[in-house]
Amino acid sequence: MKQCEAACACETLGTPEQEAQLKALIEASKSTPGCLMHILQEAQGIYGYLPMQVQKTIAEGLGISLSEVYGVVTFYSQFSLTPKGKHPISVCLGTACYVKGSDKILEAVETQLGIKCGECTEDGLFSLDSCRCVGACGLAPVMMIGEEVYGKLTPDKVKGILDSYREETK
Amino acid sequence: MTTKQLDAIRASKQELIDVRRLVKEQAEVLAKNTGYRKQVLVCGGTGCTSSHSMQVIEHLEKTLKEAGIDDVLIVKTGCFGLCSLGPIMIVYPEGAFYAQMTPEHAETVVKQHLIPGGSIVKELLYKGTVLEDGSVIPFAETPFYKKQMRIALRNCGVIAAEDIDEAIGAGDYAALEKVLTTGMTPDDVINEVLASGLRGRGGAGFPTGRKWMFAKASKGDIKYVCCNADEGDPGAFMDRSVLEGDPHCVLEAMTIAGYAIGAHQGYIYVRAEYPVAVERLKIAIGQARKYGLLGKNILGSGFSFDIDLRLGAGAFVCGEETALMTSIEGHRGEPRPRPPFPAVKGLFEKPTILNNVETWANINPIITKGAAWYASIGTEKSKGTKVFALGGKITNVGLVEVPMGTTLREIVEEIGGGIPNGKKFKAAQTGGPSGGCIPAEYIDTPIDFDNLVAIGSMMGSGGLIVLDEDTCMVDLSKFYLEFTADESCGKCTPCRLGTKRLLQLLTKITEGKGEPEDLEKIQELAEHMKSSSLCALGQSAPNPVLSTLAKFREEYEDHIYNHHCAAGVCKALLNYTIDKEKCIGCGLCARNCPVSAISRTDYVAPGHKLASFAIDPAKCIKCGVCMNNCKFHAVERK
Repeated sequence: MKQCEAACACETLGTPEQEAQLKALIEASKSTPGCLMHILQEAQGIYGYLPMQVQKTIAEGLGISLSEVYGVVTFYSQFSLTPKGKHPISVCLGTACYVKGSDKILEAVETQLGIKCGECTEDGLFSLDSCRCVGACGLAPVMMIGEEVYGKLTPDKVKGILDSYREETK
Repeated sequence: MTTKQLDAIRASKQELIDVRRLVKEQAEVLAKNTGYRKQVLVCGGTGCTSSHSMQVIEHLEKTLKEAGIDDVLIVKTGCFGLCSLGPIMIVYPEGAFYAQMTPEHAETVVKQHLIPGGSIVKELLYKGTVLEDGSVIPFAETPFYKKQMRIALRNCGVIAAEDIDEAIGAGDYAALEKVLTTGMTPDDVINEVLASGLRGRGGAGFPTGRKWMFAKASKGDIKYVCCNADEGDPGAFMDRSVLEGDPHCVLEAMTIAGYAIGAHQGYIYVRAEYPVAVERLKIAIGQARKYGLLGKNILGSGFSFDIDLRLGAGAFVCGEETALMTSIEGHRGEPRPRPPFPAVKGLFEKPTILNNVETWANINPIITKGAAWYASIGTEKSKGTKVFALGGKITNVGLVEVPMGTTLREIVEEIGGGIPNGKKFKAAQTGGPSGGCIPAEYIDTPIDFDNLVAIGSMMGSGGLIVLDEDTCMVDLSKFYLEFTADESCGKCTPCRLGTKRLLQLLTKITEGKGEPEDLEKIQELAEHMKSSSLCALGQSAPNPVLSTLAKFREEYEDHIYNHHCAAGVCKALLNYTIDKEKCIGCGLCARNCPVSAISRTDYVAPGHKLASFAIDPAKCIKCGVCMNNCKFHAVERK
């Protein structure tokens, strides 16, 4: 699998600011029952994903085993062990979108970017995932790029949308 | 806050909200008292925000300011229901229903309608509200809304979703006030809910009052009240709409349940994929605490209750009650064996009740209007209304709330406006990945919990996906199995391996490699999974296959014996080609092909000037764009 190289925090805890944020987060939450999920969600917000060193720090901070932290991280689809692209793309494969052909949208995006679902482009610009229902069923089929929702898609609209992001970064 | 203060807030907002609920003539009279000549309600639900309703609001505010108009109130509400027409905007007191608004349209409406002496801009209205003779009807009179009965959604699209005063004005917290200050005992509350006949709206339809009764009977100082807002069925979004449009009704109902069972802490477990709902819940909880409607000594009654949010992280199995509680505790969301049931030993091993959002949304009307009123709606064993998320191949995509016992035909043909593009109704899928398909011959069945089970489907949370002749039932079953195989938590073998094996068998069939004995294998495996899986996910995962196999067996056989997919969906059984005699060489197909699989050949057909095109089967992803674009019917699908 291709992975994004940028901003790798596999060995360290990232920038000093990130490290301070993480430690403050653990300290503030650790007395709340069931706080692990919350800490992981916030930590992913700080780093963009959950590198191993971050998981280790959380395990130590909470006094639980790394395997327990890793077990939770890998159980939930929202947690990521690898960095996402600058523009994360999420194609909805919920039922309402699927019966309106969202699998073809996903294929068109895959072909356009030359990557498979779950991967990141080499330039780190896009990462591609599928999701189950963003709740915009009235606009089916839809995909999200970052926070932006693109609705009533057809495979031939995909290229133009991706190009607009490519040009933006040029 | 005292009851007096609560009543004062309600009285101060009531007229403003009544303008939005009353018929036009009364509303016009009432509007004069409110200080606002017009009220503009703009949908701020996820569907409409996705189609940029926030820009419409910004533009409205700006244009109104520029025009010096200050007696028009702009209200950002939750979902109106008709999501396919978003962004939606309604102007009161007329009840004028504007659809598919843009910032430019907003400007036009301000300049022609909202100015003093202005009149409705007919060409921007939803077409369903303009009659043939040119007269305009309020949206409440349209076929989409007329047949509906809004109980759970009573305030969605009516009030400003982030304003607790409007929520109180619309009736929220009136039930809590009644429970805490008129001498109702916890048993009175439970008996009222029992007598209403309310059944859980999350899927299984368990009587809500009985759940509460069991939890009250459990001994213990610490008990919990939970709200399941982990709406996992892809294609169902009623819970999200309630949270986005009327979050206070859920907080209120949970507090009432806390009083009834003797709990002082509640948790709402909500999908993190619903950022708007999460944000509005946070705001609502903050406002309720500030008003003392959550916290210590609520309304001077001596009863204390508080609610915290817990965010999910994308696991379908967490919609199962024991898995949800395990997840709130901060672990992998794996289900636990029952018994012990949550009412005895639930969250943090304490007695717990868990109801879903739509169930909670029914509590206020049951308490304020009475169980007898509620029980008068619906069928013998399914009382009240049900919200359906109408989606798929249907004209009016959106949320509809109808009395239990409404037929599928009424929902699809009248409320839903039928199937677009002149296609035929083939089936309706209900209950999502745990449900089944209702074929066209059952279209007149009154929908309630028991009838749906009798015809091989289930209510589920209320996703209702309409399928037309272009939907392949084998492919749809495979789609659901992909979902459940992916979402199986892996704890028990029948589900973990069963979903994988079923998916393999279905994949084989959709690839044209199916064998006659596969159907028997599917049947046998499915029965085993149903009887031996640990939780509802595994027990119900075979339902989509079993129901389509029972009702559409000939489609499975067509794939196996004839290697043919009549709906033209299963890609391995399809080929797109260009008829070189019909192709005029315009190149429209090649320009629109998303994967550049079409190129020009050397062949010029007799009578044509340009060389024809051909599709490279190795590159083709069979998306059908070429066929939809070709004006000369030269692209064929076989």
